[in-house]
Amino acid sequence: MVVKLMSAFRTTRKLNRSFTVSFLLFAFLALFGAFMALPLLYAVNNAFKPLDELFIFPPRFFVNNPTFDNFYDLVALMGNSWVPLSRYIANTLLITIIGTAGHILLASAAAYPLAKYHFPGSKALFAIVVLALMFSGHVTAIPNYMVMSWLGWINTHASIIVPSLAFPLGLFLMKQFMEQIPTALLEAAKIDGANEYRIYWSIVMPNVKPAWLTLMILQFPALWGTDGGSFIYSENLKTLHYALGQITAGGIARAGVGAAVALILMIVPITLFVISQSSVIQTMATSGMKE
Amino acid sequence: MQAEPTSQVAPNIIHPKKISKFANLMTDIKKNKHYYILMSPYMLIFFTFTVIPVLFSLGLSFFYFNMLEFPRFVGWQNYSRLFLNDDVFMIALKNTFMFAVVTGPISYIACFIFAWIINELSPKVRAVMTLIFYAPSISGNVFFIWLIVFSGDRYGYLNGFLIKFGFLLEPIQWLTNEKYILTIVIVVQLWLSLGTSFLAFIAGLQTIDQTLIEAGAVDGIKNRWQELWFITLPSMRPQLMFGAVMQITGSLAVADIAIALAGFPSVNYSAHTIVTHLMDYGTIRFEMGYASAIATVLFGIMIGTNMVTQKLLRKVGE
Repeated sequence: MVVKLMSAFRTTRKLNRSFTVSFLLFAFLALFGAFMALPLLYAVNNAFKPLDELFIFPPRFFVNNPTFDNFYDLVALMGNSWVPLSRYIANTLLITIIGTAGHILLASAAAYPLAKYHFPGSKALFAIVVLALMFSGHVTAIPNYMVMSWLGWINTHASIIVPSLAFPLGLFLMKQFMEQIPTALLEAAKIDGANEYRIYWSIVMPNVKPAWLTLMILQFPALWGTDGGSFIYSENLKTLHYALGQITAGGIARAGVGAAVALILMIVPITLFVISQSSVIQTMATSGMKE
Repeated sequence: MQAEPTSQVAPNIIHPKKISKFANLMTDIKKNKHYYILMSPYMLIFFTFTVIPVLFSLGLSFFYFNMLEFPRFVGWQNYSRLFLNDDVFMIALKNTFMFAVVTGPISYIACFIFAWIINELSPKVRAVMTLIFYAPSISGNVFFIWLIVFSGDRYGYLNGFLIKFGFLLEPIQWLTNEKYILTIVIVVQLWLSLGTSFLAFIAGLQTIDQTLIEAGAVDGIKNRWQELWFITLPSMRPQLMFGAVMQITGSLAVADIAIALAGFPSVNYSAHTIVTHLMDYGTIRFEMGYASAIATVLFGIMIGTNMVTQKLLRKVGE
């Protein structure tokens, strides 16, 4: 097994490498791979552990008698609460789906002119977007709160969804990827009588499908994991991640249910990445910053 | 452009030129109006929630404002208080730099090294390894798993392990002991930090022109280190610069993990960062002017660090 895996190293090499170096590289990768994967594996195992295994001493990594009890308990627990579990899931789905789809749509509409044309202000606008990559959202948290309260958006899902539509990273990656579209293709469409909106919708958009998936994989986990921040305080508008916080705050007695929610939270973004991986890598090849 | 009669007085010569420049711009804008319309929804939101808030925050940092009374101009007072009278901010500043100096470069180099090794694998193994290394950064907020690992009782995974094998006699309160908190937050932060830049590096390595490497071999490149420095790194300089921006911004904004692991506020502010200090004044004490001054300092640090790093990275492979 090990030797078979190690032979994988030698498929693409150009310069000679000794067996020892290959072995060391393999060991290095295996060690850090374990560091990365073990906590996630542990989370998966925990979700299927019956209560007596969760509290065994010394703690055991793998589950012996897997059971779905934790998931049944979760449904029972949330069925008795004032806000049913389905409500938290519906809120999270609403925020995530609108936020992700809207972001892809708006970012690509803005990226297309910036990628393919020069017009007054185009360079300055893109420079501002690149500058915005260099600081995190925390910098603008306070004015954002005030803007939200002036707009009357506090305690609505719009306060989470709308700002997320214009995250700078999505526009940046989309614009870099769109630069590859041959200009001749766009000109041909123009000669055939298509207007700019039609070109954007029927020519540019189908050509940047890998970039859609990339924006999705960057936007989705951020919104999927949101707990509503300081904007949402009504219980019936809260998200699944917030519910997880409430459950784990219940302490040691809720360890099993907490593990079940954690599994639900982590499995969705990871599955999406498995599906979209090759498209994402294709997009990232154009992610570079030009000098 | 129309020729003007030379007999006219000087201001009249300058004047029409000015108008034509402006008119040119207007026709230019009109000609491209579809592009502005396409960009407008994104730009409207982007300016409302990112660009204007930065400027607004800069302005507000010179005021005293508590969301109830009308803002009162106080000049540089917020900044002088921040740097001269706020001991907790000094702790936050020190912790933030500690995080950034350790996690920034380590995570950046780790992203590259893992991408470099993974790139040599066969496509199927490569896809699996990419997933393993990237998964933590998108797995939602399951870093709370680390709470169980570092739990203070003997059911905590680390305590249980160390006690079982005799390294410890009694459990250690990992997350409430000032000695360990910073290290633990750094470890978990590193675990989560192989994100976008890691993918960018893998993609960058895959697109390197193979003829360059062959040409290099002809030109006398002897080992993989030379190949790395003279061919690989310069070829993917754009990705390296992009990755640097991602990692620097991320490592200076550590807050969620510190709060999840060490609590808010943490014991004796041992995991307090600029961002948690900002949250303290912005969302708890409602001293918006003071919080804006903190945000402005954070903005300056982030932009400054990024700019310097970009300059340095241009020298790679020279």
